[in-house]
Amino acid sequence: MINILLSGDRPRSILLSVILLVILVALALAPFLFPGVRSLETAARICIFIVLVASYDLLLGYTGIVSFAHTMFFGLGAYGVALASIHMGRGFDALVVGSALGALAAAVLAFAIGLFSLRVRAIFFAMITLAVASAVAVLVSQMSELTGGEDGLNYLVPRELTPAFRFGEAFGIKLNGRLLAYYLVFASCLLLFLVLLRVVNSPFGRVLKAIRENDFRAEAIGFRVVAYRTMATCLSAAVAALAGSIFAIWLRYVGPDTTLSFSIMLDILLMVVIGGMGTMYGAVIGATLFVLAQNYLQTLMGSASDATSALPLIPDLLSPDRWLLWLGVLFILSVYFFPTGIVGRLRGVR
Amino acid sequence: MHQPILETDGLTVRFGGHVAVDSVSCAFNPGELTAIVGPNGAGKTTYFNLISGQIAASAGKVTLQGQDITRRSVSQRCHAGLGRAFQLTNLFPGLSVLENVRLVIQARGSGRVSLFSMADSDTALTDTAMQVLQRVRLDDLGAQRVSELSHGNQRKLEVAMLVAMNPRVFMFDEPTAGMSVDEAPVVLDLITELKRDKTRTVLLVEHKMDVIRTLADRIIVLHNGALVADGDPTEVIASDVVQEAYMGKELADV
Repeated sequence: MINILLSGDRPRSILLSVILLVILVALALAPFLFPGVRSLETAARICIFIVLVASYDLLLGYTGIVSFAHTMFFGLGAYGVALASIHMGRGFDALVVGSALGALAAAVLAFAIGLFSLRVRAIFFAMITLAVASAVAVLVSQMSELTGGEDGLNYLVPRELTPAFRFGEAFGIKLNGRLLAYYLVFASCLLLFLVLLRVVNSPFGRVLKAIRENDFRAEAIGFRVVAYRTMATCLSAAVAALAGSIFAIWLRYVGPDTTLSFSIMLDILLMVVIGGMGTMYGAVIGATLFVLAQNYLQTLMGSASDATSALPLIPDLLSPDRWLLWLGVLFILSVYFFPTGIVGRLRGVR
Repeated sequence: MHQPILETDGLTVRFGGHVAVDSVSCAFNPGELTAIVGPNGAGKTTYFNLISGQIAASAGKVTLQGQDITRRSVSQRCHAGLGRAFQLTNLFPGLSVLENVRLVIQARGSGRVSLFSMADSDTALTDTAMQVLQRVRLDDLGAQRVSELSHGNQRKLEVAMLVAMNPRVFMFDEPTAGMSVDEAPVVLDLITELKRDKTRTVLLVEHKMDVIRTLADRIIVLHNGALVADGDPTEVIASDVVQEAYMGKELADV
């Protein structure tokens, strides 16, 4: 059963299994283990970024394609839900239609980009994605009639997913729509992750790995490399868009900064590299660590700074304002010591 | 005279001013093993690249089983029955030995792509791959990463992958190059087996004259990109043109 769910791709390391299990349980029981608005926000963000990063890993880690347009696809999904909710009115049908259209638009756009650039060298694809992503980001902020511009869009999701919808109490926790929304996020992210895990372990996924290893030979044994690369790009884009839709349902707001910004693209890249490229489980660990660091490093540093207030210099270094500095140091160290990512390290691959 | 399975007609490729393959016309008969010889830089591998499609021809055409394949892509030629092993080992280094062979067999199948089935659960595929590995005595190393294999074993895997493709026309490019004395026979036996199976056509680029004498039905000689001799192995090896173009030069080099 577990084998089928994981598509035969077990963690292959006891420590890694334990870590993954802890993350799974913590996310599954987050509303009860870590009550509070902020921790629930963090947990939902982790779920969504796991899917987003895993879909990027399908491209970067499995197929060996560098793309800078992943946040664009993420944004397409998010705006799809937002626009559908505004124009179709509040309701689950709007969420479904918005997600489906967002994913479709992402796949079509990815297909177009792939058609133009995947035949030639990989670097060309990276440049094209960069150009298209920048163009789309500018378009979204300019077309304020439709997209709300820099302000973004606020919209209503079904009442069942809002805090106003209350239906009792359990384990001292008030059961409300926010809890339902969280479990919608958790379940759909878990499902999407398992689907991706299946895809990379399918015959299709094997071909992607072969292309990453040696595209010249993959073609020479009879695989149409361009077709496979294009399919991987479309699939990855569609899943990223779905992650964006889930994000939009959770936040009830979309804006260029939360979905399209280039800094998110960098975050995704770092999460993949830190977790371990080409492993899928790397996405889980990378996203969890990164989002936790983003949300709690400042708090942690604040208390560390207070604790060392008697010492010279150290409190200044540990001041919460320096959190980006320490995040940077953490990245450099992790890339230096774990070139194959945390998962690669745990699996004992050099 | 039966129809040739593979034919090149005036096949030419120029790199800038340099003519690497110069109007080579040659027909290969089904079931025949043809050795392609010539000094280094004669254009043997380039000729192979033109046939299997890695390089586009400047002029001339390639015909496989009566079909013009000059404009076809590498993978299309593969599915048409043209299989190629490479002179410089050209494998999937990060994957296991078994996975390398499995991919070849998977590629042979229909164009349908399975996205949601588990690759590992296809035991028939694995079994076929293991049988191929057995033929080159690599079955014990199936789980090993290719990058960890010795050079000789990588060469064997290169040959195994061509065998797994099971094409109509086998193209070997110096299959035993860099192999130790005890490793080469496995590969040569395999080629002998292919030869016995009269339905398989083999093109073999090879330098070792003893190998050619025992295996080849026919020899063609390339020199400066042009076809300079074609015929029965013993006659061609003895002929003046070969002595001069190939042996003479080789000896002069020593």
